[in-house]
Amino acid sequence: MIKVSGVSKRFPNGTVALDAVTTDIGRGDFVALLGPSGCGKSTLLRLIAGLERPSEGQITWADGAPKPGEIGFVFQDSTLMPWASAAENVFLPLKLRRKSRAATAGDVQAALAQVGLTDFANSKPAALSGGMKMRVSIARALVSRPKLLLMDEPFAALDEFTRHRLQEDLRDLWRRSGNTIIFVTHSIYEAAYLATRVQVMSARPGRISATIACDIADTADRRTAPDYIALVKQLSDMLRLEFST
Amino acid sequence: MNKTAERVMPIVFGIAGIALWQASVWKFQVPAYVLPSPIAIVQAYISDYGTLNAALLSTLTVTIAALLASAALGVALALAMAASDLARAAIQPWAVILQVTPVVAIAPLIIIWVNQPFLALVVCATIVAFFPVLSNTAAGLAATPRDLLDLFRLNGATRLQTLMLLRLPAALPFFLAGLRISGTLALVGAVVAEFVAGSGGFASGLAYRILEAGYRLQIPRMFAALVLLGLAGIVIYAALGLFSHLMLRRRDAA
Ligand SMILES: Nc1ncnc2c1ncn2[C@@H]1O[C@H](COP(=O)(O)OP(=O)(O)O)[C@@H](O)[C@H]1O
Ligand SMILES: [Mg+2]
Repeated sequence: MIKVSGVSKRFPNGTVALDAVTTDIGRGDFVALLGPSGCGKSTLLRLIAGLERPSEGQITWADGAPKPGEIGFVFQDSTLMPWASAAENVFLPLKLRRKSRAATAGDVQAALAQVGLTDFANSKPAALSGGMKMRVSIARALVSRPKLLLMDEPFAALDEFTRHRLQEDLRDLWRRSGNTIIFVTHSIYEAAYLATRVQVMSARPGRISATIACDIADTADRRTAPDYIALVKQLSDMLRLEFST
Repeated sequence: MNKTAERVMPIVFGIAGIALWQASVWKFQVPAYVLPSPIAIVQAYISDYGTLNAALLSTLTVTIAALLASAALGVALALAMAASDLARAAIQPWAVILQVTPVVAIAPLIIIWVNQPFLALVVCATIVAFFPVLSNTAAGLAATPRDLLDLFRLNGATRLQTLMLLRLPAALPFFLAGLRISGTLALVGAVVAEFVAGSGGFASGLAYRILEAGYRLQIPRMFAALVLLGLAGIVIYAALGLFSHLMLRRRDAA
C-alpha cells in the first residue's frame, strides 16, 4: 500500500534523523516501529503522514496520495481540545471537512462505541482519566475511516494496567476492522504483543536495522504464550546487540 | 484558614485601618489640610457629589473607550504577528518602544496633535494600556499545541478554520488575563493624560478635580476624588474578572 524508498531526513539544523530508510507497508498490516528514543521513529511517521518532506527518497502510495482525513494520527498526548466534549472532539475531523453534524452523528457515536466510551460522549476531557482521553483520541482518528492509522507512542504515558487494557482493545479493534496501523513504541513487550511485524530501528543515523514477522497464534492468554515470550527474547537479544556495538 | 475568613479579612483590615485613621486624627488634632479624617472626606463628597460623580463618569468613559481600543488594537496586532514572521519583526520593536516610553512624555504632543480633547485622552490611555493584551494574546497564539495544529493540517483545515476553531479558543485565557491588566492600566493612563492636559479647558475628569482641589487647598475634596478613583479601579478589575469567567464558561459550553 505504501512504499518508502531510500528516505532520508536532514533537518535545517544539520541533524540527520533518518538515513536511507526503505520499507513496504501492506494493506491490513499492523507494523510496530521499535527503537530507542531519538532514533527517528516520530520523524518517519510524520514523513509518511505528509507533515514533513523527505530530504531524499520517495514515499509512494499504491492508490494515490491520501486526501484530507485518510490518515488518522494518534499522538503521545491525547491532545484533545479542553473546551470541547468527547463527542465534539471526535467530530472535529469531520467538521473540518464541512460534514454536517446531523448527518455524521452516527459516525461519531460508532467511533466512541469502538473505544468503549458511549456513556462519556458529553464529558469534558478534564473529567476523563488518562486512559479515557487516549480512547477519545483514538476515536477521533478512526471517525473519518482512515486508510492508515499512525500512532506515536500513544500508550507510553499511561499506567501499566491502563496500558494493557488499551493494548488488548487496540488489537481487538484491528482484528475486527482490518485497519492498516503503524505503531511507534520503545517497548519490546508492546511491539511483540501488538504487531504482525516489528521493524527495529537504530539511532544516529536512524535506519531500520531488522524486520521481524510475528506469527503468534491468537490465544486468550497471549502475554504468556510461548511464541510471545520467544519473540520478546529475540527482540531483547537483538537490541542488546545493537547497543553493545 | 477557611474561604469565608479569607473573604472577610480585607474588609476587617480596611475597617480597622479607617478606624485607626479616624482615631489618630482626633487624638492628635491633625489639621484637615495635612490629613483629613475619613468622616471629613465623606462630608466633602456629600457636599459636592454632583461634580465628583460627573468627573468619575468622565474618567470612566475615557477608560472604557481606551480599554476597548486596546483590546481591538492588541488582538489585531497579535493576529498579524501570528500570521507572518515579517509582520512580527516589523511590529514587535515598535510595540516595546511605545510601552517603555512614559506617557507623561508623549501626552503633551498627542494633546497638541489630536485636537479633539476626548480622543486625545483615549489615545494616551490606549498607549498605556494596549501592551498586555498584545503580548498575552501573541503568547497565547504562539503556544497553540503543535500536535493539534498537525491534526488540523491532516484534515485539510483552512487557515480560517485553524484560527477560529483552534488558535483563538486556545489563546482566549491568555487574552483575558491580558485584558484584566490592561483594564487597570487604562484607568492609570486616563488619569495621567488628564493630569497632563490639566486645565487645558476640556478637563473634567477626576484627575482635574484632584488638581483643582489641590490649588484651592480643599484637601478633603481631593481625598474624596482619590477614593472614587480607587473604587473605580477595584470595580474595573472585578468586572473584568467576572467577564473572563463568563467568556471561558461560554467557550467551554461548546
Ligand atoms: N524539527 C526538528 N528539527 C531538528 N531536529 C529534529 C527535529 N525533529 C526531530 N529532530 C531530531 O531528530 C532525531 C530523531 O527525532 P525523533 O524522530 O523525534 O525520534 P524518536 O521519535 O525516535 O524519539 C532526534 O535527534 C531529534 O532531536
Ligand atoms: Mg518520538
